[in-house]
Amino acid sequence: MAPWELSVELGEIASWLIYLSIGFAFGFILESAGFGDSRLLAAQFYWRDLTVLKVMFTAILVAMVLVFWATALGWLDYDEVWVNPTYLWPGILGGLIMGAGFILGGFCPGTSLVGASTLKLDAIWFVAGTAVGILGFGESVSLFNDFWHSSNLGRLTLQDWLDLPTGMVILGLVAIGILVFWAGDIVRRRIYGSSSDD
Amino acid sequence: MKSKPGRERYWDPYIAGALLGVLLFVTFFLTGHGLGSSGGVNRILVAIEDMVVPQHVDRTPYLAAMAGAERNPLDHWIVWQVAGILCGGFVSGWLRGRVRLETRHGPRITPQTRWAMAFVGGALMGYGARMARGCTSGQALSGGAVLSAGSWAFMLAVFAGGYLLAWFVRRLWQPAGDS
Repeated sequence: MAPWELSVELGEIASWLIYLSIGFAFGFILESAGFGDSRLLAAQFYWRDLTVLKVMFTAILVAMVLVFWATALGWLDYDEVWVNPTYLWPGILGGLIMGAGFILGGFCPGTSLVGASTLKLDAIWFVAGTAVGILGFGESVSLFNDFWHSSNLGRLTLQDWLDLPTGMVILGLVAIGILVFWAGDIVRRRIYGSSSDD
Repeated sequence: MKSKPGRERYWDPYIAGALLGVLLFVTFFLTGHGLGSSGGVNRILVAIEDMVVPQHVDRTPYLAAMAGAERNPLDHWIVWQVAGILCGGFVSGWLRGRVRLETRHGPRITPQTRWAMAFVGGALMGYGARMARGCTSGQALSGGAVLSAGSWAFMLAVFAGGYLLAWFVRRLWQPAGDS
Protein backbone atom coordinates (compact mmCIF):
# COMPACT_ATOMS: atom_id res chain seq x y z
CA MET A 1 0.00 0.00 0.00
CA ALA A 2 1.10 3.52 -0.77
CA PRO A 3 2.97 5.63 0.19
CA TRP A 4 6.29 4.06 -0.64
CA GLU A 5 9.87 4.65 0.33
CA LEU A 6 10.87 5.71 -3.18
CA SER A 7 14.64 5.63 -2.89
CA VAL A 8 14.39 2.10 -1.45
CA GLU A 9 11.89 0.81 -4.00
CA LEU A 10 13.37 2.36 -7.12
CA GLY A 11 16.90 3.35 -6.25
CA GLU A 12 18.31 6.79 -5.74
CA ILE A 13 18.55 8.03 -9.32
CA ALA A 14 15.02 7.02 -10.26
CA SER A 15 13.62 8.69 -7.15
CA TRP A 16 15.52 11.90 -7.93
CA LEU A 17 14.04 11.86 -11.42
CA ILE A 18 10.57 11.47 -9.97
CA TYR A 19 11.13 14.45 -7.67
CA LEU A 20 12.49 16.45 -10.56
CA SER A 21 9.35 15.59 -12.58
CA ILE A 22 7.04 16.46 -9.70
CA GLY A 23 8.81 19.80 -9.33
CA PHE A 24 8.62 20.37 -13.07
CA ALA A 25 4.84 19.85 -13.08
CA PHE A 26 4.53 22.08 -10.00
CA GLY A 27 6.47 24.93 -11.62
CA PHE A 28 4.67 24.48 -14.92
CA ILE A 29 1.21 24.66 -13.32
CA LEU A 30 2.12 27.66 -11.15
CA GLU A 31 3.49 29.59 -14.14
CA SER A 32 0.48 28.66 -16.27
CA ALA A 33 -1.86 29.93 -13.56
CA GLY A 34 -0.08 33.30 -13.61
CA PHE A 35 1.81 32.87 -10.35
CA GLY A 36 5.02 34.23 -11.83
CA ASP A 37 3.41 37.69 -11.86
CA SER A 38 3.67 39.52 -8.53
CA ARG A 39 0.84 41.92 -9.47
CA LEU A 40 -1.62 39.07 -9.86
CA LEU A 41 -0.54 37.59 -6.51
CA ALA A 42 -0.76 40.93 -4.68
CA ALA A 43 -4.17 41.68 -6.25
CA GLN A 44 -5.59 38.95 -3.99
CA PHE A 45 -5.00 41.19 -0.98
CA TYR A 46 -7.05 44.02 -2.54
CA TRP A 47 -9.75 41.58 -3.66
CA ARG A 48 -9.08 42.76 -7.22
CA ASP A 49 -8.24 39.30 -8.55
CA LEU A 50 -9.00 36.09 -6.70
CA THR A 51 -6.78 33.74 -8.70
CA VAL A 52 -4.60 32.95 -5.67
CA LEU A 53 -7.57 31.99 -3.53
CA LYS A 54 -9.18 29.94 -6.29
CA VAL A 55 -6.08 28.03 -7.35
CA MET A 56 -4.88 27.35 -3.83
CA PHE A 57 -8.17 26.26 -2.33
CA THR A 58 -9.22 24.24 -5.35
CA ALA A 59 -5.89 22.42 -5.13
CA ILE A 60 -6.25 21.80 -1.40
CA LEU A 61 -9.82 20.56 -1.75
CA VAL A 62 -9.07 18.27 -4.71
CA ALA A 63 -5.96 16.80 -3.10
CA MET A 64 -7.79 16.36 0.21
CA VAL A 65 -10.73 14.53 -1.35
CA LEU A 66 -8.39 12.27 -3.34
CA VAL A 67 -6.17 11.49 -0.32
CA PHE A 68 -9.09 10.47 1.86
CA TRP A 69 -10.85 8.67 -0.97
CA ALA A 70 -7.74 6.60 -1.64
CA THR A 71 -7.53 5.93 2.08
CA ALA A 72 -11.15 4.80 2.25
CA LEU A 73 -10.52 2.44 -0.68
CA GLY A 74 -7.52 1.00 1.13
CA TRP A 75 -5.00 2.19 -1.46
CA LEU A 76 -3.24 4.70 0.76
CA ASP A 77 -2.28 4.54 4.42
CA TYR A 78 -3.10 7.97 5.86
CA ASP A 79 -1.26 7.11 9.07
CA GLU A 80 1.95 6.84 7.02
CA VAL A 81 1.38 10.13 5.21
CA TRP A 82 3.41 13.07 6.53
CA VAL A 83 1.06 15.47 8.28
CA ASN A 84 2.92 18.65 9.23
CA PRO A 85 3.27 18.61 13.02
CA THR A 86 1.54 21.49 14.73
CA TYR A 87 3.77 23.97 16.51
CA LEU A 88 0.94 26.38 17.04
CA TRP A 89 2.50 29.70 18.05
CA PRO A 90 5.70 29.56 15.98
CA GLY A 91 3.45 28.65 13.04
CA ILE A 92 1.11 31.57 13.62
CA LEU A 93 3.89 34.10 14.22
CA GLY A 94 5.80 32.81 11.19
CA GLY A 95 2.60 33.02 9.16
CA LEU A 96 1.97 36.64 10.16
CA ILE A 97 5.55 37.58 9.24
CA MET A 98 5.09 35.80 5.91
CA GLY A 99 1.82 37.61 5.25
CA ALA A 100 3.66 40.90 5.69
CA GLY A 101 6.42 39.66 3.41
CA PHE A 102 3.86 38.56 0.85
CA ILE A 103 2.17 41.95 0.50
CA LEU A 104 5.47 43.88 0.55
CA GLY A 105 7.36 41.51 -1.70
CA GLY A 106 4.57 40.24 -3.92
CA PHE A 107 5.62 36.59 -3.87
CA CYS A 108 5.95 33.56 -1.64
CA PRO A 109 9.05 31.36 -1.87
CA GLY A 110 7.61 28.95 -4.46
CA THR A 111 6.08 31.58 -6.73
CA SER A 112 9.25 33.68 -6.60
CA LEU A 113 11.16 30.71 -8.04
CA VAL A 114 8.64 30.57 -10.88
CA GLY A 115 8.93 34.33 -11.44
CA ALA A 116 12.72 34.10 -11.38
CA SER A 117 12.65 31.23 -13.89
CA THR A 118 10.92 33.57 -16.37
CA LEU A 119 13.46 36.33 -15.64
CA LYS A 120 11.22 38.67 -13.65
CA LEU A 121 13.72 40.96 -11.94
CA ASP A 122 11.44 41.61 -8.98
CA ALA A 123 11.27 37.84 -8.41
CA ILE A 124 15.06 37.56 -8.54
CA TRP A 125 15.37 40.32 -5.91
CA PHE A 126 12.76 38.50 -3.84
CA VAL A 127 14.73 35.24 -4.03
CA ALA A 128 17.83 37.14 -2.87
CA GLY A 129 15.81 38.53 0.03
CA THR A 130 14.50 35.05 0.87
CA ALA A 131 18.09 33.80 1.04
CA VAL A 132 18.98 36.57 3.51
CA GLY A 133 15.89 35.81 5.62
CA ILE A 134 16.60 32.08 5.68
CA LEU A 135 20.26 32.63 6.59
CA GLY A 136 19.15 35.12 9.25
CA PHE A 137 16.85 32.53 10.76
CA GLY A 138 19.55 29.86 10.85
CA GLU A 139 21.86 32.29 12.64
CA SER A 140 19.29 33.61 15.14
CA VAL A 141 17.12 30.60 15.99
CA SER A 142 19.39 29.69 18.92
CA LEU A 143 18.25 32.93 20.62
CA PHE A 144 14.66 31.75 20.87
CA ASN A 145 14.96 27.99 20.60
CA ASP A 146 12.46 27.43 23.43
CA PHE A 147 9.78 29.42 21.65
CA TRP A 148 10.51 27.72 18.34
CA HIS A 149 9.88 24.32 19.93
CA SER A 150 6.92 25.48 22.02
CA SER A 151 3.24 24.56 21.65
CA ASN A 152 4.20 21.29 19.96
CA LEU A 153 0.94 19.40 19.50
CA GLY A 154 2.43 16.75 17.23
CA ARG A 155 0.39 15.18 14.46
CA LEU A 156 -2.79 17.10 15.23
CA THR A 157 -5.42 16.93 12.49
CA LEU A 158 -8.53 19.06 12.13
CA GLN A 159 -10.75 16.04 12.69
CA ASP A 160 -8.93 15.27 15.97
CA TRP A 161 -9.06 18.86 17.11
CA LEU A 162 -12.76 19.28 16.25
CA ASP A 163 -13.52 15.73 17.38
CA LEU A 164 -15.60 15.16 14.25
CA PRO A 165 -15.65 12.31 11.71
CA THR A 166 -13.16 12.90 8.88
CA GLY A 167 -15.93 12.77 6.27
CA MET A 168 -17.77 15.62 7.93
CA VAL A 169 -14.67 17.80 8.07
CA ILE A 170 -14.08 17.17 4.36
CA LEU A 171 -17.67 17.93 3.42
CA GLY A 172 -17.59 21.05 5.57
CA LEU A 173 -14.37 22.33 3.97
CA VAL A 174 -15.65 21.67 0.46
CA ALA A 175 -18.87 23.54 1.29
CA ILE A 176 -16.95 26.46 2.81
CA GLY A 177 -14.66 26.53 -0.23
CA ILE A 178 -17.51 26.70 -2.73
CA LEU A 179 -19.23 29.37 -0.65
CA VAL A 180 -16.06 31.47 -0.45
CA PHE A 181 -15.48 31.19 -4.24
CA TRP A 182 -19.05 32.25 -4.96
CA ALA A 183 -19.24 35.05 -2.41
CA GLY A 184 -15.72 36.22 -3.22
CA ASP A 185 -16.61 36.96 -6.83
CA ILE A 186 -19.74 38.85 -5.79
CA VAL A 187 -17.70 41.03 -3.43
CA ARG A 188 -15.04 41.62 -6.09
CA ARG A 189 -17.66 42.80 -8.62
CA ARG A 190 -19.17 45.12 -6.05
CA ILE A 191 -15.81 46.73 -5.38
CA TYR A 192 -14.40 46.92 -8.89
CA GLY A 193 -17.51 46.74 -11.10
CA SER A 194 -18.73 43.92 -13.30
CA SER A 195 -16.21 44.83 -16.01
CA SER A 196 -13.30 43.64 -13.88
CA ASP A 197 -11.47 40.52 -14.93
CA ASP A 198 -13.10 37.20 -14.41
CA MET B 1 2.99 45.40 -21.42
CA LYS B 2 -0.59 44.85 -20.48
CA SER B 3 -2.12 46.94 -17.76
CA LYS B 4 -4.00 44.21 -15.95
CA PRO B 5 -2.42 40.90 -15.03
CA GLY B 6 -5.65 39.06 -15.77
CA ARG B 7 -5.35 39.98 -19.45
CA GLU B 8 -2.46 37.59 -19.90
CA ARG B 9 -3.57 34.23 -21.16
CA TYR B 10 -3.33 32.31 -17.97
CA TRP B 11 -5.15 29.07 -17.26
CA ASP B 12 -8.57 29.20 -15.68
CA PRO B 13 -7.87 29.26 -11.92
CA TYR B 14 -10.19 26.36 -11.15
CA ILE B 15 -8.59 24.17 -13.82
CA ALA B 16 -5.09 25.12 -12.67
CA GLY B 17 -6.15 24.46 -9.08
CA ALA B 18 -7.65 21.06 -9.92
CA LEU B 19 -4.47 20.01 -11.78
CA LEU B 20 -2.35 21.20 -8.87
CA GLY B 21 -4.60 19.21 -6.53
CA VAL B 22 -4.12 16.05 -8.59
CA LEU B 23 -0.36 16.62 -8.64
CA LEU B 24 -0.36 17.12 -4.88
CA PHE B 25 -2.31 13.88 -4.40
CA VAL B 26 0.04 11.95 -6.69
CA THR B 27 2.97 13.33 -4.68
CA PHE B 28 1.42 12.18 -1.41
CA PHE B 29 0.56 8.81 -2.95
CA LEU B 30 4.02 8.13 -4.34
CA THR B 31 6.17 9.66 -1.64
CA GLY B 32 4.12 10.03 1.53
CA HIS B 33 4.66 13.78 1.73
CA GLY B 34 3.59 16.91 -0.09
CA LEU B 35 5.28 19.65 -2.11
CA GLY B 36 7.78 22.21 -0.84
CA SER B 37 9.87 25.20 -1.84
CA SER B 38 11.53 27.16 0.95
CA GLY B 39 13.02 24.00 2.44
CA GLY B 40 14.90 23.40 -0.81
CA VAL B 41 16.21 26.96 -0.95
CA ASN B 42 17.22 26.54 2.68
CA ARG B 43 19.27 23.40 1.94
CA ILE B 44 21.00 24.97 -1.04
CA LEU B 45 22.01 27.92 1.15
CA VAL B 46 23.19 25.66 3.96
CA ALA B 47 25.29 23.75 1.43
CA ILE B 48 26.96 27.01 0.39
CA GLU B 49 27.45 27.97 4.04
CA ASP B 50 28.97 24.56 4.67
CA MET B 51 31.53 25.20 1.92
CA VAL B 52 32.44 28.68 3.20
CA VAL B 53 32.30 28.24 6.99
CA PRO B 54 32.10 24.49 7.78
CA GLN B 55 33.10 24.84 11.46
CA HIS B 56 30.33 27.36 12.02
CA VAL B 57 27.79 24.97 10.49
CA ASP B 58 29.00 22.14 12.72
CA ARG B 59 28.64 24.33 15.81
CA THR B 60 25.11 25.60 15.07
CA PRO B 61 22.64 22.83 15.93
CA TYR B 62 19.98 24.00 13.45
CA LEU B 63 22.50 23.93 10.59
CA ALA B 64 24.36 20.85 11.78
CA ALA B 65 21.15 18.84 11.60
CA MET B 66 21.28 19.38 7.82
CA ALA B 67 24.98 19.69 7.08
CA GLY B 68 26.96 18.68 10.17
CA ALA B 69 30.12 16.59 9.67
CA GLU B 70 29.48 14.15 6.81
CA ARG B 71 25.87 15.13 6.11
CA ASN B 72 25.17 16.53 2.68
CA PRO B 73 22.29 19.02 2.81
CA LEU B 74 21.65 18.56 -0.90
CA ASP B 75 20.98 14.85 -0.51
CA HIS B 76 17.26 15.41 0.01
CA TRP B 77 14.20 15.12 -2.20
CA ILE B 78 13.20 18.76 -1.84
CA VAL B 79 16.38 19.96 -3.59
CA TRP B 80 15.46 17.97 -6.70
CA GLN B 81 11.92 19.19 -6.51
CA VAL B 82 13.03 22.83 -6.35
CA ALA B 83 15.26 22.29 -9.38
CA GLY B 84 12.16 20.93 -11.12
CA ILE B 85 10.13 24.04 -10.22
CA LEU B 86 12.71 26.25 -11.94
CA CYS B 87 12.69 24.07 -15.08
CA GLY B 88 8.90 23.76 -15.19
CA GLY B 89 8.35 27.48 -14.67
CA PHE B 90 10.86 28.29 -17.38
CA VAL B 91 9.38 25.87 -19.94
CA SER B 92 5.83 27.08 -19.27
CA GLY B 93 6.87 30.72 -19.62
CA TRP B 94 8.99 30.00 -22.69
CA LEU B 95 6.16 28.18 -24.49
CA ARG B 96 3.87 31.19 -23.90
CA GLY B 97 6.45 33.88 -24.67
CA ARG B 98 6.61 35.08 -21.08
CA VAL B 99 10.34 34.65 -20.53
CA ARG B 100 11.72 38.18 -20.71
CA LEU B 101 13.87 40.30 -18.48
CA GLU B 102 11.39 42.72 -16.92
CA THR B 103 10.02 44.01 -13.66
CA ARG B 104 6.40 43.61 -12.73
CA HIS B 105 5.33 46.45 -10.47
CA GLY B 106 2.35 48.54 -9.45
CA PRO B 107 1.54 51.57 -11.63
CA ARG B 108 2.53 54.12 -9.01
CA ILE B 109 6.06 52.96 -8.19
CA THR B 110 9.35 52.68 -10.05
CA PRO B 111 11.12 49.38 -10.77
CA GLN B 112 13.78 50.39 -8.23
CA THR B 113 11.18 50.76 -5.46
CA ARG B 114 9.75 47.41 -6.48
CA TRP B 115 13.15 45.72 -6.25
CA ALA B 116 13.76 47.15 -2.78
CA MET B 117 10.34 46.04 -1.54
CA ALA B 118 10.75 42.62 -3.13
CA PHE B 119 14.06 42.21 -1.29
CA VAL B 120 12.59 43.29 2.07
CA GLY B 121 9.47 41.17 1.54
CA GLY B 122 11.61 38.21 0.53
CA ALA B 123 13.69 38.52 3.69
CA LEU B 124 10.54 38.52 5.85
CA MET B 125 9.19 35.59 3.86
CA GLY B 126 12.37 33.56 4.26
CA TYR B 127 12.57 34.27 7.99
CA GLY B 128 8.87 33.58 8.60
CA ALA B 129 8.89 30.41 6.51
CA ARG B 130 11.67 28.88 8.57
CA MET B 131 9.99 29.91 11.80
CA ALA B 132 6.74 28.33 10.63
CA ARG B 133 8.60 25.21 9.39
CA GLY B 134 7.32 25.61 5.85
CA CYS B 135 5.98 28.07 3.35
CA THR B 136 2.85 28.40 1.28
CA SER B 137 3.75 25.14 -0.50
CA GLY B 138 5.05 22.98 2.31
CA GLN B 139 2.69 24.13 5.05
CA ALA B 140 -0.45 25.73 3.63
CA LEU B 141 -0.95 23.66 0.49
CA SER B 142 0.48 20.29 1.57
CA GLY B 143 -0.43 20.38 5.26
CA GLY B 144 -3.83 21.88 4.46
CA ALA B 145 -4.72 19.02 2.12
CA VAL B 146 -3.95 16.34 4.73
CA LEU B 147 -5.84 18.35 7.36
CA SER B 148 -2.99 19.37 9.64
CA ALA B 149 -4.54 21.70 12.24
CA GLY B 150 -1.32 23.73 12.49
CA SER B 151 -1.18 24.18 8.71
CA TRP B 152 -4.69 25.64 8.68
CA ALA B 153 -3.84 27.99 11.55
CA PHE B 154 -0.69 28.98 9.65
CA MET B 155 -2.62 29.58 6.43
CA LEU B 156 -5.11 31.87 8.18
CA ALA B 157 -2.19 33.74 9.75
CA VAL B 158 -0.54 34.34 6.35
CA PHE B 159 -3.73 35.75 4.87
CA ALA B 160 -4.38 37.78 8.06
CA GLY B 161 -0.89 39.27 7.93
CA GLY B 162 -1.28 40.16 4.25
CA TYR B 163 -4.71 41.70 4.61
CA LEU B 164 -3.75 43.64 7.76
CA LEU B 165 -0.88 45.32 5.98
CA ALA B 166 -2.40 45.60 2.49
CA TRP B 167 -4.26 48.87 3.09
CA PHE B 168 -1.16 50.62 4.45
CA VAL B 169 0.97 49.67 1.46
CA ARG B 170 -1.71 50.05 -1.22
CA ARG B 171 0.48 52.57 -3.03
CA LEU B 172 2.79 49.70 -3.96
CA TRP B 173 0.14 47.84 -5.96
CA GLN B 174 -3.09 49.73 -6.55
CA PRO B 175 -3.69 52.23 -9.37
CA ALA B 176 -4.20 55.87 -8.37
CA GLY B 177 -7.76 56.54 -7.25
CA ASP B 178 -8.41 53.02 -6.02
CA SER B 179 -8.39 52.41 -2.32
